[in-house]
Amino acid sequence: MPLPNASKTILRVGAAMSCVWLAACHEGVLVPKGPVGAEEKQLLLEALIPMLMVITPIILLTLWFAWWFRAGNARAKYKPRWEYSGYVEFSIWMIPLLVILFLGSLAWVGAHQNDPYKPLASNRKPMTVDVVAMDWRWLFIYPDQGVASVNELAIPVGTPISLRLTSATVMNSFFVPQLGGQIYAMPGMETKLSLLADEPGNYRGLSAQFSGDGFSDMHFQVLATDDKAFNAWLDHVKAQGAALDDATYNQLVARHRTGNVVYYASIAQDLFTHAIDSATRRPVAVTASPAQAGVTLTAGPTER
Amino acid sequence: MEEDISVDAAIAGSYPEESEALPTRQHVTGFGFYVYLLSDGILFAALFAAFAVLRGATDGGPDGHALFSARNAFIETACLLTSSFTCGIAMLACDRRNRFMTLVGFLITAVLGVMFLTLEIREFSDLVARGAGPDRSAFLSSFFTLVSTHGIHVTCGLLWLAVLLVQFLGRGFTPAMMRRFLCFSLFWHVLDVVWIGIFTFVYLIGGYL
Amino acid sequence: MFGKLTLQAIPFDQPIIMGTCLAIIIGILAILGLITYKRRWAWLWTEWLTTVDHKRIGIMYILLAAVMLLRGFSDAIMMRSQQALASANAQGFLPPEHYDQIFSAHGTIMIFFMAMPFVVGLMNFVMPLQIGARDVAFPVLNSISFWLTAAGALLINISLGVGEFARTGWLAYPPLSELPFSPGVGVDYYLWSLQISGVGTLLSGVNLVTTILKLRAPGMTLSRMPVFTWTALAANMLIIAAFPILTATFAMLLADRYLGMHFFTNDGGGNPMMYINLIWTWGHPEVYILILPAFGIFSEVIATFSRKPLFGYRSMVVATMVITLLAFTTWLHHFFTMGSGADVNGFFGITTMVIAIPTGVKIFNWLFTMYGGRVRFTSPVLWTIGFMVTFTIGGMTGVLLAVPPADFVLHNSLFLIAHFHNVIIGGVVFGCFAGLTYWFPKAFGFRLHEGLGKAAFWFWLVGFYLAFMPLYVLGFMGMTRRMNHYDDPAWLPYLLVAECGAVCILIGILLQIAQLVWSIRKRDQLRTNARDPWDGRTLEWSTTSPPPAYNFALLPKADTVDAFWEAKQEVAEPAEQAYESIEMPKNSWLGFAISFFAVLGGFGMIWHIFWMGVLSLLAIVALLGWYSWDEDDEYELTPYDIDRLERVTIHAG
Repeated sequence: MPLPNASKTILRVGAAMSCVWLAACHEGVLVPKGPVGAEEKQLLLEALIPMLMVITPIILLTLWFAWWFRAGNARAKYKPRWEYSGYVEFSIWMIPLLVILFLGSLAWVGAHQNDPYKPLASNRKPMTVDVVAMDWRWLFIYPDQGVASVNELAIPVGTPISLRLTSATVMNSFFVPQLGGQIYAMPGMETKLSLLADEPGNYRGLSAQFSGDGFSDMHFQVLATDDKAFNAWLDHVKAQGAALDDATYNQLVARHRTGNVVYYASIAQDLFTHAIDSATRRPVAVTASPAQAGVTLTAGPTER
Repeated sequence: MEEDISVDAAIAGSYPEESEALPTRQHVTGFGFYVYLLSDGILFAALFAAFAVLRGATDGGPDGHALFSARNAFIETACLLTSSFTCGIAMLACDRRNRFMTLVGFLITAVLGVMFLTLEIREFSDLVARGAGPDRSAFLSSFFTLVSTHGIHVTCGLLWLAVLLVQFLGRGFTPAMMRRFLCFSLFWHVLDVVWIGIFTFVYLIGGYL
Repeated sequence: MFGKLTLQAIPFDQPIIMGTCLAIIIGILAILGLITYKRRWAWLWTEWLTTVDHKRIGIMYILLAAVMLLRGFSDAIMMRSQQALASANAQGFLPPEHYDQIFSAHGTIMIFFMAMPFVVGLMNFVMPLQIGARDVAFPVLNSISFWLTAAGALLINISLGVGEFARTGWLAYPPLSELPFSPGVGVDYYLWSLQISGVGTLLSGVNLVTTILKLRAPGMTLSRMPVFTWTALAANMLIIAAFPILTATFAMLLADRYLGMHFFTNDGGGNPMMYINLIWTWGHPEVYILILPAFGIFSEVIATFSRKPLFGYRSMVVATMVITLLAFTTWLHHFFTMGSGADVNGFFGITTMVIAIPTGVKIFNWLFTMYGGRVRFTSPVLWTIGFMVTFTIGGMTGVLLAVPPADFVLHNSLFLIAHFHNVIIGGVVFGCFAGLTYWFPKAFGFRLHEGLGKAAFWFWLVGFYLAFMPLYVLGFMGMTRRMNHYDDPAWLPYLLVAECGAVCILIGILLQIAQLVWSIRKRDQLRTNARDPWDGRTLEWSTTSPPPAYNFALLPKADTVDAFWEAKQEVAEPAEQAYESIEMPKNSWLGFAISFFAVLGGFGMIWHIFWMGVLSLLAIVALLGWYSWDEDDEYELTPYDIDRLERVTIHAG
């Protein structure tokens, strides 16, 4: 009996696939950990489900029409001259029109409600973090706390985070899939993004815009913790980091490589403005030869 | 003559759409060249857009007010507009098979074109000498690229005209010559239109407003 | 003397590259040897290299596309293998500086040198036959267009063995593509080869628009034009409107790289965002340049094999033209994440979705064409139905990406990659294969083997779903595009499935090659009824297969859209009509010669061998001048000649 065997195999493969799917679902944009990501996921599903309701019948009709009107089927009626029907034409314009009317309003309202520049509603005061993309690391500056870190973004849970972003070299895109939102970091320019973490945890952050040979290693950890743990993190950074002044910053930018986490206990005044200005002032010289860059993950002397 | 070689008819598109006969080669070539010129217009549109975006990006360097001389641009405009006029006269002479007037018309066109180019090159070298070359700022990059793209077109037009005139002296009003003159005149007029855009947006608005 | 070019430019230490180059060189030598052995040089020169016949040029375009498909696919399978191996801190077999070239080359080659030549080739071959014309409006220009495209393709492939290719992605976003960040010749290879082929494409667009608007057969008003011709008109109008923007944009980047200008640089007030806007005002219409002719092919195929006129011809034409117009209003959806603000994002989100309306109408039209028909499941129909299902899914994910907040979490992810492969493979590539199988007998006088064609279809279809459905999931899991390696082991199973899909597609391609070889060897068995093998509806089926150089001995007349079908319904005796003389364009070496110097000049500019660049440019100008001296570019076929030729072709079948 070949048929039950085949269907068993299909079932087994299906079961295996859904196991992998479920196992995989502990991360990614479908498991948001903050309101921004949650709303974006919500919109995604609100757009997806009505469209699935339209395209599923279309696909089934396609297959059914093709099969029923096959040349060999004597029961199907042959209408060699049927090429116009006012009712059908009207419907085939109206169906997509109505769907798009719905989705278009969804897009318009969604674009405004989820504007990354809009501050998040919260009864806690937002915390500002300045983000600088480099080849191929992320620098996070905490102007109010006076510290900075490379490749590690610690945030207190429940506090809206106002990010200001720029790039020291080429274009990058700042993205934390589980917190939602994504925005370009561009040299000489400032973009903004508001994020908020609802639950404590370690979330993966990355650059979503290809930026050169070291791009694949340009990721960072988001440490979302409660206020106590966040303050402990701040103390830890202040206790063991070096100082980040404009000169140190310039050295950091000039070193083209991927890197580990580095802490800076103090920062220069207006470091973010300096970051924006210095990116446009002169061409950034490539110090590492292209062949070395990207593959070497070894940290420099000032890095741990 | 085996073909209808009335330039007016070709430009006005007087070929009757419902007619059973196929259009003449003159008509098809003129139309095709016209379509090509539309695409050239879009090329210039992209360069104009770049200029509009980068107009303020002087990077601390000089801007249009400091650099542009309306007098020079005005003389350039006069040269080019007059050359378009003489080109038109030459084409009318073509239609009447007037060999002498055709030649004179095109020669004056060529001389005016050369004058225009000389003025443009002088302006460019003057700007470069004042430290305002195309590598000074994004604004100057877009200025030089836009204006010199037009200038390169004029240069190509002059080379083309030279070849045409030599051929014309040898063989007179053949159908092929008529087609080529038609295309050339379309080209030259479009360059004029583009220049009016440059004069208005770059020199007048960019230099004075 | 030789600019930046030294022996070090050849990567002798890279076994993969050197092996590939060796194989290519041996292959080329073998082909050249075969031509010499068979004494076919004169034949090659007169029948192909210097031909101005639109049909042969079309065939050469498609041959170029097929070769480039192999090149682009090799890149694809290397990328899939790299990602299947480079999990959890493993580095895979390709270091980033090589891998980055591969994905850049894959995108560039597949769009510019596979999809474009395939689509342009089909338009070139079919459209003049379909409108009852003797050739395109400017046959020599057509040859120049083709050879410039070929020149670009050659240049880009030289980068494989001499120097490197761009490591920037297929659109070379600045500032990454600017000199400080890409000092090598890779970006220059990219820019010069695309500039050269772009000029070819633009000229081809001018040529085909003029042909459609001016050279239609008597009686064929616009409202009687076959749908493929309509879509060809739309695509070529888009070429004319969009490609100059590409040329201007690349010219600005070239000026930055060669003349120290500051269009898109970080310093000097440059504006990289302008490049991204400009490139996508070309890039989005480019998508429709590719897909609209594919829509046309599906329309012809579905009507022919359902033995019915296309349902809703007017809707189809209106939808095509609406898409053509809207193509220019959506470019910003490629960068919602640039921070343009909610109003701008919302506007472009809506314009993008609006395009789904005419596209949806088209899907319904094909659906209702089958309704009440007699559908024959030949391989072109399989490709069409495979398209209708696949493209609907791709269209849905596209609309999903047009919701700006949804795009915020899916932008640049593998979801996006899956989406555009879904529409480009499922739409453009399937369309090209449908068109290839459908019109192959018209071009060569024999059909392609059906069984192998159907097998190839099933491998392609299954391979496509295996290769790209996992990428949708990976996009949801937060995997971005262009990753050389990654540390999340949960991604690996999906990438392994995708690798299996790529292998399936490879089998599909091998089956297509087998199909071609088998069909050529057994061509005499496949000749039955080659003139009109599918019971066709439009004028191209009314002439012999292959058609004579002049296409139609007597120009056909078109009173309806399905002119040939209607003519077949009336069993009237063919009226005796006397042949008239035909002016035919002479062969021309101009295109080949210009292309030769374009390759030299491009290569010179890439390697900063400026004397070579300048001399080549002068040579091209001189060639044009010299060519213009000869006004005698046509020859005449007398009624006697035509009569003689017609007798021969009718004998041959």
